[in-house]
Amino acid sequence: MITTTRFALVDCNSFYVSCERVFRPELEGVPVVVLSNNDGCVIARSNEAKALGIKMGTPYFQLKDLVKREGVEVFSSNYELYGDMSRRVVSTLSQFTPNLEVYSIDECFLDLSHLRPEEVEEYGVKIKKTVQDWTGIPVSVGVAGTKTLAKVANKLAKKRVGANGVLALNEQAEIEEALRETQVGDVWGIGRQHAKRLQQLNVTSAWDLCRMPEGWVKKNMAVTGLRTLLELRGQPCQDLEPEAPDKQNICTSRSFGRALTELKDIEEALSTHTVRCATKLRKQNSCATGVNVFLMTNRFAVTEDIYCNSRTIQLPTPTNSELELLPRALHLLKGMFRPGKRYVKVGIILTGLVPASEVQLDLFSSQNGEKHAKLMDTLDTLRQRFGHQALKYAVQGNHYEKAVKEEKRAPWMLQKQFLSSLYTTSVAGVLNIKT
Amino acid sequence: MEAEVIIIDRPDVMQLHDMTAHRLSLFSSAVQAGFPSPAADYDAEPIDLNAYITQNPTATFLARVEGDSMIGAHIEPGDLVVIDRSLKPTSGRIVLAFVAGDFTIKRLMLKPDGAYLEPENPKYESIKINHPDMGRIWGVVVGIVKKV
Repeated sequence: MITTTRFALVDCNSFYVSCERVFRPELEGVPVVVLSNNDGCVIARSNEAKALGIKMGTPYFQLKDLVKREGVEVFSSNYELYGDMSRRVVSTLSQFTPNLEVYSIDECFLDLSHLRPEEVEEYGVKIKKTVQDWTGIPVSVGVAGTKTLAKVANKLAKKRVGANGVLALNEQAEIEEALRETQVGDVWGIGRQHAKRLQQLNVTSAWDLCRMPEGWVKKNMAVTGLRTLLELRGQPCQDLEPEAPDKQNICTSRSFGRALTELKDIEEALSTHTVRCATKLRKQNSCATGVNVFLMTNRFAVTEDIYCNSRTIQLPTPTNSELELLPRALHLLKGMFRPGKRYVKVGIILTGLVPASEVQLDLFSSQNGEKHAKLMDTLDTLRQRFGHQALKYAVQGNHYEKAVKEEKRAPWMLQKQFLSSLYTTSVAGVLNIKT
Repeated sequence: MEAEVIIIDRPDVMQLHDMTAHRLSLFSSAVQAGFPSPAADYDAEPIDLNAYITQNPTATFLARVEGDSMIGAHIEPGDLVVIDRSLKPTSGRIVLAFVAGDFTIKRLMLKPDGAYLEPENPKYESIKINHPDMGRIWGVVVGIVKKV
């Protein structure tokens, strides 16, 4: 555990949009949106798209007219690109401090305890410029004594005129001014319900919240609310977490590219999800003690029956072997499948995760455990090198995610009508330059 | 000053982010039981072409060349160019620029009357950057990867 006395929150501005713009500079100043998996709804917007009134979560079909009229550029989500650009941003940031927490794909907390107060602002500017130069991604930097205040500073760094994307809160007077400018609902950790309740009590700004009695906050907003209050007052309650804690459950699920009726197609999808999920499980060196599979039809359909089901089994011995997990997942699916329905989503959740090193071997299954571990190790190595499509089980079918020909693409695969190129992760996808 | 690397048969040496997976091993020795290896104290890493071609993989990107305006600098159609965004684009360096809505590779020349992007093929003309909005430098070309 590191004790940090000064945190910087570095947040990438409209991250997915910015990733697309690095390789399409002509889109600067143009409204751009990125759609969720399956081209469902808006998950990222450029400032110009926000100015057109496009809200987060708007379904794409509702936008079609506006897109045409205003010349909005639309992208399918290209997670391979965003993941690689995120890795580059993190790698750039790690030049500035050895202690860094990757908070999400587009946000990092940095430990800047080593700086003197008067150096902070300039250091923030340097961080911002270096990330922009090296990766092309614009970021905002907020610096303060606690994570919650760093979040406040970051928001204002984006909003305040003249802040130029960097804001450090050192003095108490600066902190007070910043808190007065911040709506209580915009404070990190204050949910919509609490914000509503606080506003009814005339607590509208973060500064108003800061002056509430501890006892009231603890009673009405539980211990997490109290933590937020103390952090706003400058008392750190959350330290940097350089290593993400291992997950307790791991889930992989996707909506299908279109509604499916055949069990065989759903089996293909579920087995592919299971392999992905088991890979994530092994990556954190865990074993699962339970398997849950869920299957659903369109929840919003008016003309059809709605059917959602979910089943769980406990495993005799915790495992991370696909050979153990696959038949069980498929068995659960068969039990839930009802012919004649139009399914839109299937998923698997591996539950009750335990460290692989602590698994008690069962007397009867132990002979296979070591063999499976070696096989899985080999599979992981090969897939890491040649991709997940390189080695599959027959039940996963012979369709390919990146297939150009329609018949090679599985019907359950995601729709990505507006996908940009894999500029940084595939030699075939790099920029083409007419010199 | 561009580094030229000729790749004989392994196209995936070009995945610059994965420094460890694609080392080109120039020699290797089998481990023998019995005698300790006299080379054990001189253990060295195999040659890493990625490290040779770029100093800063985090800021390095690849692009494919389609035209012939830089053939005088050995940048030919089909080549991959290696671009480092962390280097300062100084006069005389070959750069990837974004000018008037298009990417182009040219030699940057800073002259008393302004900045020029100069081709290395007499068939083409220099581009003068006389307005800051006209273009910008995306990165500095530090190498060419060719397949023969």
